Amino acid sequence: MIEAESLHKRFGNVDAVVDVSFVARDGEITGVLGPNGAGKSTCLRMVYGVLSPDRGSARIDGIDVRGETSVARAHMGVLPHAAGLYNNLSARENIRYFGLLQSMQPDALEERTQLLACALGMEAFIDRRVKGFSQGQRIKVALARALVHDPGTLILDEPTNGLDVMAIRNLRSMLVELKSQGRCILFSSHVMQEVAALCDRVVIIGRGHVLADDSPETIRARCGANTLEEAFLHVLGNAEGVS
Amino acid sequence: MRTLLTVFRKEFLENLRDRRTLLSALLFGPLFGPLLFGFVVSRMLNQSVVETDEPLRLTMAGGEQAPGLVSYLESQGVQLRFTSFTVDAARAAVQNGTAKVVLIVPAEYPTRLLAAVPAPLFLVADSGDSETRKTADRARMVLAAYGSGIAQSRLELRGVSPLLALPVAVNDIDVATPSGRAVAILGFMTYFVLFAVLMGGLYLAIDSTAGERERGSLEALLCLPVSRSHLVGGKVLATCAYMCLSLAISLGAFVGVFRFVPLERLGMSANLGAGTAVAFFAICLPFVPLGACLMTFVASFTRSYREAQTYLTTVLLVPTLPIAFASIYSLKTKSSLMFIPSLSQHLLMTSVLKDERISAWDVLCSAGSSLTLALLLLSLTARHWRRETMLG
Repeated sequence: MIEAESLHKRFGNVDAVVDVSFVARDGEITGVLGPNGAGKSTCLRMVYGVLSPDRGSARIDGIDVRGETSVARAHMGVLPHAAGLYNNLSARENIRYFGLLQSMQPDALEERTQLLACALGMEAFIDRRVKGFSQGQRIKVALARALVHDPGTLILDEPTNGLDVMAIRNLRSMLVELKSQGRCILFSSHVMQEVAALCDRVVIIGRGHVLADDSPETIRARCGANTLEEAFLHVLGNAEGVS
Repeated sequence: MRTLLTVFRKEFLENLRDRRTLLSALLFGPLFGPLLFGFVVSRMLNQSVVETDEPLRLTMAGGEQAPGLVSYLESQGVQLRFTSFTVDAARAAVQNGTAKVVLIVPAEYPTRLLAAVPAPLFLVADSGDSETRKTADRARMVLAAYGSGIAQSRLELRGVSPLLALPVAVNDIDVATPSGRAVAILGFMTYFVLFAVLMGGLYLAIDSTAGERERGSLEALLCLPVSRSHLVGGKVLATCAYMCLSLAISLGAFVGVFRFVPLERLGMSANLGAGTAVAFFAICLPFVPLGACLMTFVASFTRSYREAQTYLTTVLLVPTLPIAFASIYSLKTKSSLMFIPSLSQHLLMTSVLKDERISAWDVLCSAGSSLTLALLLLSLTARHWRRETMLG
């Protein structure tokens, strides 16, 4: 479970994130939705602890990310915005490297890698060097890398960027599968359909503020909109005077 | 500790698989120096050996007016080519390269010689050309010897001892050992050794920092529950490993190359056997972590591979500065200089080449100062990695 409480972050003169609070529960997919530059990535980075908030706090399964960073990090798998791989290593070696850095034992790591290769459909290329992989293959390796230590919480920053329709559908079914295992999944996106199709809960962020935090249906109904996209524009328009 | 080793192993393996960086780290970097050096030094030696063996060749005009001079020159083995150049024609001939050094005997030479007033001779040469300058110098020496012969007989004829004209007798005593003379030529070799050390780790230092950022794997790495100092430590360690390899290859190549360079023909011994190579390795070893930390430190601040490359090329030149100073001011091994990295290694290696005694204190100072600076840079790098700005 992720609890973000009144997160603030300022870069120079710009308030990137202002008083953002939300909760992402286990067994649910929570989407962070917002236009480009709304502060989605900054929020997520504070949650997974590479940025420290100026005020407020984030907790993973009740562990304070600032206070016990290492323990909190062991509880989460992260797929950052730029999820680059090591091109001269094979997919297996990429996953193994992160597993070892997560303090996994070699046997358990081997077993877990095999399991993930199966689950994500990577058997065909698991021992090939990553150089020349397609975007779809890369995202699978990056996801496996984030899941290698079997974390209860998974955080993904715009994971569908640069993926084709097939790969997006694949990723979507993988996330549903992970959710059914009882994990807490938090991901950011600016693609409406994706969020509408996938999320149990949506947090809409605009200009660093939380503008809505509810299930997609409730947000839609509250705005009297037919689609989440309309509701999204409505929420943003109310807040920022955008029509 | 486990993190350190995991990072080390991964960086080492990844670099090993990158053919381009491997070529530059383990082939181009370490072999460039020895090969270039061997080539240049053997050319230089061959040239100086050939010059003293070769007869002096002169173009002469007006030789018929100085039969004594001609027979003296020929008796000294000088090969003369007779022409009828005027001074202007000789000047033109030297300028366009048809003649190298021209000796002109003007018309007034015989009368002035008979009258025992200085008889003029013209030596036309281009002092801008190092080869003709040497020939002209040799010609000048032969002519001076001829002149002093005449002077002695004149004094004797007048009943004066020629020794009166030699108030002092200068005796050269050269204390240079055979290996000491070689140092003059080999002095710059130490830079190539330090260059090889740095080249060995250059690309790994870039790849493990700026490269990590550029390919987008940095943020995922920073999300892991590991200490940033251990991450940096592992990366520096892998860089050190390649630098040591490069150093070993470079020294091996130097030993190999100098087997074929005819230093002995000039009465020099290069003192460059396996023992020297081992001593060099030991002297340079503390410079390895310093170089690795310096390059990793600089590269950590850059945003891209290209930017890192630009800055690190400058870093490659840093060790030249103290060495350049050392040769300009001809610095000798002194304890006070042992605190300057790269200079201390240069001086110690030069001492080994000269077969001089090296004090253990100097070695300790050199190693200690390099390692202290390395530690300082390592902690600065780790501090930078702990900052938010590291994400870029």
